[in-house]
Amino acid sequence: MIVDDLSSQDLSQCLAGPGLRLRTGPFVAAIRSRLPAVAQGIALHYGAHPVEGADGFADFHVQLAAPRNLRRWLHPQVFFRLDGESPFKPLPADQAFPMLEWGLNWCISNLCHQYLTIHAAVVEKSGKALILPAPPGSGKSTLCAGLIHRGWRLLSDELALIDPASGQLTPLPRPVSLKNESIEVIRRFAPAAVFNPAVHDTTKGTVAHARPPAASVRRADEPARPGWVVLPRFSSGAQTRLTPLPKARALMQLADNAFNYGLHGDRGFETLAGLIENAGCYEFTYSRLEEAVEVFDELAGRA
Amino acid sequence: MTALAADRVSQALARPESLPALPLAHWDELVRQARQSDLLARLAAVLDEKGVLEKIPSAPRAHLEAARVSALAQKETVVREVAHIRKALRTAGVEIVLLKGAAYVLGDLPAAHGRLFSDIDILVPKPALPDVESALMLSGWAGTHHDPYDQRYYRQWMHELPPLQHIERRTVIDVHHAILPETARLKPDAGKLLAASRALPGEAGLRILAPTDMVLHSATHLFHNEELSHGLRDLSDLDILLRHFSRQAGFWCELCERAAELDLRMPLHYGLRYAQRILDTPVPPEAMREASPKGRPESFTRWMDGLWLRALRPAHPSAALPFGSSARHLLFLRAHWLRMPPHLLAYHLAVKAARATHRDEKR
Repeated sequence: MIVDDLSSQDLSQCLAGPGLRLRTGPFVAAIRSRLPAVAQGIALHYGAHPVEGADGFADFHVQLAAPRNLRRWLHPQVFFRLDGESPFKPLPADQAFPMLEWGLNWCISNLCHQYLTIHAAVVEKSGKALILPAPPGSGKSTLCAGLIHRGWRLLSDELALIDPASGQLTPLPRPVSLKNESIEVIRRFAPAAVFNPAVHDTTKGTVAHARPPAASVRRADEPARPGWVVLPRFSSGAQTRLTPLPKARALMQLADNAFNYGLHGDRGFETLAGLIENAGCYEFTYSRLEEAVEVFDELAGRA
Repeated sequence: MTALAADRVSQALARPESLPALPLAHWDELVRQARQSDLLARLAAVLDEKGVLEKIPSAPRAHLEAARVSALAQKETVVREVAHIRKALRTAGVEIVLLKGAAYVLGDLPAAHGRLFSDIDILVPKPALPDVESALMLSGWAGTHHDPYDQRYYRQWMHELPPLQHIERRTVIDVHHAILPETARLKPDAGKLLAASRALPGEAGLRILAPTDMVLHSATHLFHNEELSHGLRDLSDLDILLRHFSRQAGFWCELCERAAELDLRMPLHYGLRYAQRILDTPVPPEAMREASPKGRPESFTRWMDGLWLRALRPAHPSAALPFGSSARHLLFLRAHWLRMPPHLLAYHLAVKAARATHRDEKR
């Protein structure tokens, strides 16, 4: 069963009652919430995602709830709870769906150390993964959103999950988070892209999520082997330029953007070294998304 | 009526061989309870030692593997930190006795497997405290409790210095000169513990407690602790220490004699009783009898059972018994009662309450 199979009433009842067991890549999140924004966000973004039965195993038990005091009506807020505990402060209520996304990312990067996890977007073409490690503001999500609307498969726009045993990347196809000007850029670039209403004044500015392509969601159990590590940088008015990056620097970039490199010790270094060894490493500067996509299509075609 | 909440963690630790057949819905509770109890990595280690980790269904196994990665990283940090401490204290010329987690790791004991750590505990002779404190400060450890009342609390009444934190690595060390506060009812002689401690082979300057003393310290710590959110983790340490050391002939007899000698029969009694009740620790009946307090009415023991069997549940809602938090509150008071005479206790709780009110007002 997938989320689209549920009527909106069934979905809301499930979220308000026992919880919706939503599968995203290797993880099952049991999500509970009475907030309409959460139900609407899930219906919009997770339509193609599988729903698991209540008698199985859930990786995370999360809840999005309004506080039980005056804040319910006055400047309403929303809490994210993992297994009853709140790892972060509440946010304004209109940020409920982004908070679900950030909360799930937090669960994965803080608990799932079976993977070496890097803050990076990952897309795939012809069996090879393009890893875009970068701090926020580098334009990685814009590039990722551009590529997945031109035939690349989405693995993740936030978290590269590397299995240390196989060196492969595990898909985690979830909504793509776009910020500020990027939202308009992608609307123009891919008019078919489906967005939820933008949320303003978050800590990241204005945020909107784009629905992940259903084809990528259906292939969520197909891992990909690393093909390229590319350090993107968006710079207004810049020429499109792809230049080789020394492997040692590429490795340092991956380590710097990793959430749990330190925990993995020697094995973490070996995993990254193995990945870098077999991947093409580049730096990439861009300002025009059309040209950027052409560069990567050509890169994939050459391989 | 709903079914009574199950303590899945204790069941799992006591019978790890049965876990490959555990239904996924039970794993769902077990992983959450074990994580809250800081026992997820311990469970992974136990399953690995029994050779059944690979037979666990892949979804919960991923969490066990993830917890092992964290625990292994923490273990490496402890080894590095102990090396730093040893280097810092070389000039002070003091041998240090490692306690609890650090001792299990450096002593290569099975209680180190899958254990999580918060800080490093060491024991030194009381006269050496000033030298040890200044040597640590010269190497970058700084005091954390600057309030005059806290300073007095630790230095006059407690069995340890105020915790010291390293300014760069942020690691914390607790320097003890005894295993119970100076003001506690029980008076185990720290000199006897130091005298019986064992040198760590190949680790000059480092020692660990003798096996009997290590068990007694573990039990004493647990059954005098005011904060029981990791009570089950501490009980599991005790269970593993007992199973390990009791392979040595004559251990139980020695343990009971040593408890009497160190004035620690009460914590040993509780330790053996609840390790056996909760984790199926194999304790011979003679040892159990020997450790039991004489002349205590049966009704009192049953009353304490009611408290401890609630307080030692995993700290997760799916495992909580009715009145569990009341039991923890009562045991919080009991721990203070055992650690301080009544007049000091009244004074200390009054200061704590006044400060809490003051903090709330400022907020």
